[in-house]
Amino acid sequence: MNLLGKLTLDAVPLHEPIIMGTVGCVGAVILAVLAWVTVKGYVPYIWREWITSVDHKRIGVMYLALALIMLVRGFADGIMMRSQQAIAAGGAQGYLPPEHFDQIFSAHGVIMIFFVAMPLVIGLMNFAVPLQLGVRDVAFPTMNSISFWLTASGVLLTNVSLAVGEFAKTGWFAYPPLSELQFSPGVGVDYYLWSLQISGIGTLLSGVNFVTTILKLRAPGMGYMRMPVFCWTALASNLLIVAAFPVLTALFAMLLLDRYLGFHFFTVDAGGNAMMYVNLFWVWGHPEVYILVLPAFGVFSEVAATFSGKSLFGYRSMVLATMAICVLSYTVWLHHFFTMGASASVNAFFGITSMIIGVPTGVKVFNWLFTMYGGRVRFTVPVLWMIAFMVSFVFGGLTGVLLALPPVDWQVHNTVFLVAHFHHVIIPGVLFGCMAGYNYWFPKAFGFKLDEYWGKASFWCWFIGFHLAFMPLYVTGLMGMPRRMQHTDVLSWQPWLLVAELGAVIILAGIICQVVQLVVSIRRREQLRDTTGDPWDGRTLEWATASPPPAWNFAAQPRVGELDAFWAKKQRVLAKQDLLGRQHKYEPIEVPKNSPVGFVTAFFAVITGFALIWHIWWIVCVGLLGTAATLLAFMFRVEDEVEISAEQVGRFDRAHPVEVSL
Amino acid sequence: MRYGSLTALLVLAATLGGCDGVLDPKGPIALAERQILFNATGIMLAIVIPVVIATLGVAYWFRASNERARYRPDFVYSGRIELLVWAIPLMTVLLTGTVAWIGSYDLDPPKPIASSTKPIKVQAVSLDWKWLFIYPEQGIASVNYLMVPAGTPVSLELTSSGVMNSFFVPQLAGQIYTMAGMVTRLNLRADHSGTYRGMSANFSGEGFADMYFKVDAVAPNAFAQWVAATRNVGPVLDAQSYTALVKPSKAVAPFTYRSIASGLFAGILNAASQPVAGLCVPYPTSMRAER
Repeated sequence: MNLLGKLTLDAVPLHEPIIMGTVGCVGAVILAVLAWVTVKGYVPYIWREWITSVDHKRIGVMYLALALIMLVRGFADGIMMRSQQAIAAGGAQGYLPPEHFDQIFSAHGVIMIFFVAMPLVIGLMNFAVPLQLGVRDVAFPTMNSISFWLTASGVLLTNVSLAVGEFAKTGWFAYPPLSELQFSPGVGVDYYLWSLQISGIGTLLSGVNFVTTILKLRAPGMGYMRMPVFCWTALASNLLIVAAFPVLTALFAMLLLDRYLGFHFFTVDAGGNAMMYVNLFWVWGHPEVYILVLPAFGVFSEVAATFSGKSLFGYRSMVLATMAICVLSYTVWLHHFFTMGASASVNAFFGITSMIIGVPTGVKVFNWLFTMYGGRVRFTVPVLWMIAFMVSFVFGGLTGVLLALPPVDWQVHNTVFLVAHFHHVIIPGVLFGCMAGYNYWFPKAFGFKLDEYWGKASFWCWFIGFHLAFMPLYVTGLMGMPRRMQHTDVLSWQPWLLVAELGAVIILAGIICQVVQLVVSIRRREQLRDTTGDPWDGRTLEWATASPPPAWNFAAQPRVGELDAFWAKKQRVLAKQDLLGRQHKYEPIEVPKNSPVGFVTAFFAVITGFALIWHIWWIVCVGLLGTAATLLAFMFRVEDEVEISAEQVGRFDRAHPVEVSL
Repeated sequence: MRYGSLTALLVLAATLGGCDGVLDPKGPIALAERQILFNATGIMLAIVIPVVIATLGVAYWFRASNERARYRPDFVYSGRIELLVWAIPLMTVLLTGTVAWIGSYDLDPPKPIASSTKPIKVQAVSLDWKWLFIYPEQGIASVNYLMVPAGTPVSLELTSSGVMNSFFVPQLAGQIYTMAGMVTRLNLRADHSGTYRGMSANFSGEGFADMYFKVDAVAPNAFAQWVAATRNVGPVLDAQSYTALVKPSKAVAPFTYRSIASGLFAGILNAASQPVAGLCVPYPTSMRAER
């Protein structure tokens, strides 16, 4: 019996200098960080305050850190693709053979969607939603930690595929029959499937957690129509997660049955039907787009209101539009394959529903516009991201409506026009939104603002680089260039691809500026310190507590009488009708207790996943038993909360007075 | 404006040498598709450009440092504006939705092209990683090369030997998937003689980048000559040579078959949907796409 399943030394691509160089560098960096942490004696601190923390703010920060690191990995894949396509024209083959190029574009898509965009929005929701709701934590804090660590497990497995074995060579949606054993016998698709199965469970648990939190835990007085819009968008997004991710999990389970046990759900022979996979994939895939973009819309709403010094224009419309998008997002999936040969009526129906979903989105754009109208707009970094989003996103929406027209879709589907379109909505929509949120909430999370100069530098690089990188793809797409070409025979596309390459380089400069911004801000943290807890003259409850907030978030339970509760309270304070904050009598507060369950579960999940990929069945058993034992141990816990004494709460509160900063 | 007008960009792209996409259509289907592209772009630009200008204008005028801008913190609701902001996108969608509805029916890929000339039939099969074109009426076949008579409608039946691909000749018509065990249909016509680029648009594995082919549209008599010449040379396409052809190969130089075994296309279709021995209950046909 082979104790290592399919795993042999050949799985390590020693003959590939690019891969081995990358693995060597990344490995060295990881070892250096671990060594530094150990030598400095930070391990107990990191274990206590981060790894085992179930505090939603800490988990949110960890999600964001994970996403930003993966952004670098995903971007590296992206710029490698752009470089390959820029040089491999005519007879040239470029520097990436198909075998490697195909893995890169698959990994780029998977990483950017699942391991950058998802952790970005879930991280922001983790950090901000409980604070905005005026509560102490999410509904299930330990489950939240499990969610995060399972996501991290998926990330780890995907990245391990770089060093051991290979990643999928099928594109990020792994359509069968190509992803079936017959055409993809390697472990690449298995890495893809198990990474996403494991992180998908984490995402689903997050969805359950946030839906429960938002529906059941809100500050007294906060009715639904007094909830900040970001919480509304978070609710919509998590409802979509709860409804959509099980579809993906079931779908991947079917493909796994095909690959592991010889089933025929999607095979070419024996009655398999690959069309079913394509349908089900997009039944998850299109709501996924809105899972990502709705919270970003929420961030823009908060940013627009705060920095215009006004309440959001048309709050009710915004809520209605958000929930309309939430429902409509399930009626459009077929527009991802108008080219499959469905009947004219089916195509027309889904074309029109796809356009209808543009209506609530359009309403949102107008409402942000009218929020600024009559306001006092402060051009901070988050506002720059927001305005850039508005002017770019409407064009992305325009090309989206073009793609929703079946006759136009037949011409531009599967071309780089499509690639340009979805980057045109996801980068300004999701990424710009998360960057705005990152700059907006950073002072709340760490107690000091991010440096403006480098933030603006980064913004301009991203903004210009993004347009240079993707506008040329619209042109080559209309010239008939399919996506995922390892090399092209058509020389007339090349000038445009070179411009796109230049754009990618400018985006790289933007990413470097972001790193510099973080380093500079940490070094200048004393000058950038936020002592008031309310650096932007905020409107919602997260600004009503210290920066960074204590583990218990609020010394006293906030009460809410209206929308923009904190702003209203500040107005009353200024009018001398109310007093801000200062409690005189403090009560002890119970906060959830740290738990290593998430980390330990993730450890077992990773070894289970890895063993499944390589068919090492005895480790699979160990991993599954370990996971079960961990969860059982957790279920039999005696206490899961610790009490913060009234004295400690009072001491913190007196040391961090909240002030009105007008 | 950094965007300029998208249309201007499109026209600029079209005028650049070597354009072989939808912007330079050579047949009625691609021409109609381009017209829809232009119409819809025009309708939407009429909304999008004012919105962009208004966004930049409002943000600039209401900047915090502008003393002349009136601060109206209570301007947070207006029934009329709400009505307007719902109505504008709704009416745009009404227009583009109508375009979508009419276009989907008029240009439906299986719909025959109205013509006094009898269409020629071509059966296309995507293989790893090349295209096989069977001319059932002429009794010949070609690999990675398609010749059609200009002015005559071409009626295509398409399938795949395994992996899904997408048949795409942008200057003549939009693309359609090829799927094993299923038939998709596409009708197109080249109005002008010329050489057009055809390709697979759907990623299908390692040899995908070389899965393109030349489409030559020629005068009908030249087509007839080509058919006659083809019948005299080259190998025969039967079950045996098909088995050899279907093996994965990359960047295959075009060649032709002088004759074809009858029922080959149907055989390819059935081969893909044969039940595995021992699994005797195939999927009910009524639930499948057209077989």
